[in-house]
Amino acid sequence: MPVPYTKLVIEHFKHPHNVGEIKNADVKATEGSPACGDMLTLYLKVDPKTREIKDIKFQSFGCASNIATGSIITDIAKGKKIEDAAKITWKDAADALGGLPPVKVHCSVLAADALHSAVEIYMEKNGLIKEHKPTTKEIIMAKLKHVMNPLTGIDIVKSSLIKDILIKDGIITITVDLPEDHQFAGNIKEEIIERLEYLWDVKKVKVNFSE
Amino acid sequence: MKVYLDNAASTRVDKRVVDAMIPFFTEKYAVPSSQFAHAYGIEAKDAVDGARTLISKKLGGKFPEEIIFTSGGTESNNLAAIGVAFANAEKGKHLITMQTEHNSVLNPFKRLEKEGFEVTYLPVDKDGIVNIDTLRKSIRDDTTLVSIQYGNHETGTVQNIKDIAKVVKEKGALFHTDAAIAWPYLPIDAYKWGIDLITLSPHKFHGPKGIGILFVKKGTKIEKIMNGGYNEFNLRPGTENVPAIIGAKKAIEIFSQKDVAYIASLKKRLLNDIKTNIKDIEINGSMEHSSPHILNLTFKYVEGEAVSLRLDFEGIAVITGSACYSRNLQASYILMAMGREHEQAHGSIRFSLSKYNTEEEIDYTVQKTEEVIKSLRELSPLGKEDRE
Repeated sequence: MPVPYTKLVIEHFKHPHNVGEIKNADVKATEGSPACGDMLTLYLKVDPKTREIKDIKFQSFGCASNIATGSIITDIAKGKKIEDAAKITWKDAADALGGLPPVKVHCSVLAADALHSAVEIYMEKNGLIKEHKPTTKEIIMAKLKHVMNPLTGIDIVKSSLIKDILIKDGIITITVDLPEDHQFAGNIKEEIIERLEYLWDVKKVKVNFSE
Repeated sequence: MKVYLDNAASTRVDKRVVDAMIPFFTEKYAVPSSQFAHAYGIEAKDAVDGARTLISKKLGGKFPEEIIFTSGGTESNNLAAIGVAFANAEKGKHLITMQTEHNSVLNPFKRLEKEGFEVTYLPVDKDGIVNIDTLRKSIRDDTTLVSIQYGNHETGTVQNIKDIAKVVKEKGALFHTDAAIAWPYLPIDAYKWGIDLITLSPHKFHGPKGIGILFVKKGTKIEKIMNGGYNEFNLRPGTENVPAIIGAKKAIEIFSQKDVAYIASLKKRLLNDIKTNIKDIEINGSMEHSSPHILNLTFKYVEGEAVSLRLDFEGIAVITGSACYSRNLQASYILMAMGREHEQAHGSIRFSLSKYNTEEEIDYTVQKTEEVIKSLRELSPLGKEDRE
């Protein structure tokens, strides 16, 4: 096989599990990646007593790794308690697939994000409403852990690419330690903005490059 | 069944081309520069001159020395852009090109911007066609070079380079066209049309890789961009790739317009049958002004890398303009310049044909494409309302 995917990725891509729509779902969450244009919708049906995920399905407007990750992450989450499902990470999914090429890691992030969103919405709906906290550097760092450097497949926080974070009057300025003409500069910038601009107290996100 | 539909990337080398090349590896391996030293050199020189003469004639040139051999289309485009810009810098430092050019044109121009040149990147319309009036208005007294691609590598859209050349000549600038995709599928007539520089790429029409051609009309002010010896009329140093030059000559010699008509009929069949069998498709590029061998379609609600991989499982080779597939994770800049949405680029597939494809292969491709699109659309959260 000339494609840079594991056998497992190909298998899940060819015959994805848990595909489709749950008509009377408790939650539906959609995540889209501005970086590659992929989109993934996830449906959850939760047992209100045991809080176990009874049914989980997904739909994908995405590439092979997106479809494969949607397939495996729904496999992993099925039957789990909702609060345990929240702990499943993109890395768990990627590992379960036997790894993904670095440039494709951001697709697995998308499937994990959809799962986390769905869980969050479910928890909010069912009385576990979190209060809106003001956006801090810590919150921003946590969000940026989902932005991948496509060259390495490692997130930009872990790879110490965040040089500076400035929060002032609802405007967040992020300085990324990469040259502006880096192969993935445009891509990383778009992802950062997407991860932060929806926060309730954020008006604008600016991304600067250090070189 | 194996169906290769990525001929805009590269083509199968014709057996006759390989046969013509082989003696130049094993028997006639001297270089033309040795012409004054020995008979082997003369033999090589004669062979290369023969190639120049033939290619010059086919392009509507007047002199064999107007043909410069390079390492490929990329080098030809670099030589044209950078070589002409610097050689004419005293006259002016303004250059014009188009947003949908190949990277081997765009990136030399970007480099020239860093060197103090000013570059205008002309927009295109929804079919990918540049407006000639806009071009005319963009040419200034200090414009030295206009470079407009003949046929686009991704969509097949063809520019009216005959009229473009006329406008450029009226305004007194030099005109270069990257014809790597279009020629010899479409005609060119260098002197009659007023074209100063032409880039050609023989591996796009069953010739070998590692050889490019730059036609440089006699009298065109251009300087070398690589330093070395005095080969190629002191414009392109380096040992002549004699076997590849002979291969290029052969590919040009045997290229047949009958094949072009055949390829065009395959493209028509492919498009019509896909249109009949698959809903919600869009054509990217002009149908009226188009290379006979390239068809670019968007299949709505599905992603291109997924489509191309699934087709690959069925033995069919195509490529996509999806960001997911690209090396910088950005959607095709060509489709974006044509005003397409990110979503449309996401599901774009390029089919590119050659004389070696058969009707049977096209029918198989249509059938498999229908199956793959249907299966992926069932997975997709989009377009359900439209389809029901």
